Amino acid sequence: MNAFIAIVRRDLLLAARRKSEVLTALFFFMIVVSLFPLGIGPETAMLRRIAPGVLWVAALLAAMLSLGRLFATDHQDGTLEQMALSPTPLAVLVSGKVLAHWLTSGLPLVLLAPVLGLQFDLSARALGVLMLSLLLGTPILSLIGAIGAALTLGVRGGGVLLSLLVLPLYIPALIFGAGAVEADVAGLGAGGHLSLLGALLALGVFFAPWAATAALRIALD
Amino acid sequence: MINWFKFASPASFYPLAGKLWPWFAALATAFCAAGLWISFFVAPTDFQQGEGYRIIFIHVPASWMSMFIYCVMAFWAAIGITFNTRLSGMMSAALAPTGALFAFLSLWTGALWGKPMWGAWWVWDARLTSELILFFLYLGYIALTSAIDDPRRADKAGAIVALVGVVNVPIIYFSVKWWNTLHQGASVSLTKAPSMATTMLWGMLLMALAFWMYSIAMSLYRVRAIILEREHHAGWVAELPEMQR
Repeated sequence: MNAFIAIVRRDLLLAARRKSEVLTALFFFMIVVSLFPLGIGPETAMLRRIAPGVLWVAALLAAMLSLGRLFATDHQDGTLEQMALSPTPLAVLVSGKVLAHWLTSGLPLVLLAPVLGLQFDLSARALGVLMLSLLLGTPILSLIGAIGAALTLGVRGGGVLLSLLVLPLYIPALIFGAGAVEADVAGLGAGGHLSLLGALLALGVFFAPWAATAALRIALD
Repeated sequence: MINWFKFASPASFYPLAGKLWPWFAALATAFCAAGLWISFFVAPTDFQQGEGYRIIFIHVPASWMSMFIYCVMAFWAAIGITFNTRLSGMMSAALAPTGALFAFLSLWTGALWGKPMWGAWWVWDARLTSELILFFLYLGYIALTSAIDDPRRADKAGAIVALVGVVNVPIIYFSVKWWNTLHQGASVSLTKAPSMATTMLWGMLLMALAFWMYSIAMSLYRVRAIILEREHHAGWVAELPEMQR
């Protein structure tokens, strides 16, 4: 447990020292979301309709963007090998890194989403559901992404490959996340979608660090 | 007791695959000929869809095979990870292009079928969407394994992708299905004839068998090429009659 906390603190400290990387993903999220009203036109009814999907797709892309640095720098300077050799199980350390990744890339998106949602004229209630769905969904993105990041570690053309591997696996999170907001707007209640997102999160927390660890061990061979 | 691990060695599997694949290819040709004959000449014209429905004989078996091959790929991936056998990774790698081909074929024939029946090349129906995602999963697997130079590492990384994918396929399927039913009515449900004529079913089953045999023949053929490629430095490869020329 101590090692877990130490890893989270270390990664947060590293992120704080390299602010630009965190902020780039955040600004990317804002720009992508702002492009849609410009491309589609400013009718409020239309914008309200597409808002959940647009915000969620932008969140997926922003999460993808920051995945590359999850293991790459540690791999380059040899830290990752030391982690693999340490007496603490590697899966625990990987979980710590994933948590830190979510805190630096997922949580800011959750906090930023209502502001951007206002641009799309979402109601306060829909904004709340959107935040809740992102709160449950963005950790799934970090968890699944960690598997992809570990698999593409040190591989030629890793960035593009990562998106090809990870984006199809993000689809359930996208569907239930955006679906929760849409169902709430339609008056159907978001409970079912949010429960399914929670179930996905529980599955991911259990299995993803394990799969990512296996992938890291292959990369370190 | 059969020694299952005897053929886990590429050196002993190579001749076995060489003996087996022509038989499976012959079976595929026979089943395909019979299946096509039934589907074009014996099966009756559909009451609602006319002659256009006959694409079902390609479309449905191709979809079945695309899903089945992914499961077989994941099976070999799991074997490869647990027993650390070299051949399992080669089998997975040999199956992937055939699976991707069938997924593509299923999407393509589906589009050709959808245009006259539904009036659209593509609808965001649950089945279509999940088949498309399956196609992406195949592409991801192929892209990852071909991006890694060391074949053993590529096999292991590919095995993890295949296993993560196979866990996700049911999740994706149901998510897509529920997403679809929530937002779209049954406007795109397939208006099939109430019950399928027996000859139609036979045609479809024969075509499915033909595709199955084709997949086996192709993957055995491909795995032989992969074995030669990876083991070209081994002594037994140099002694093969086809290497003497």
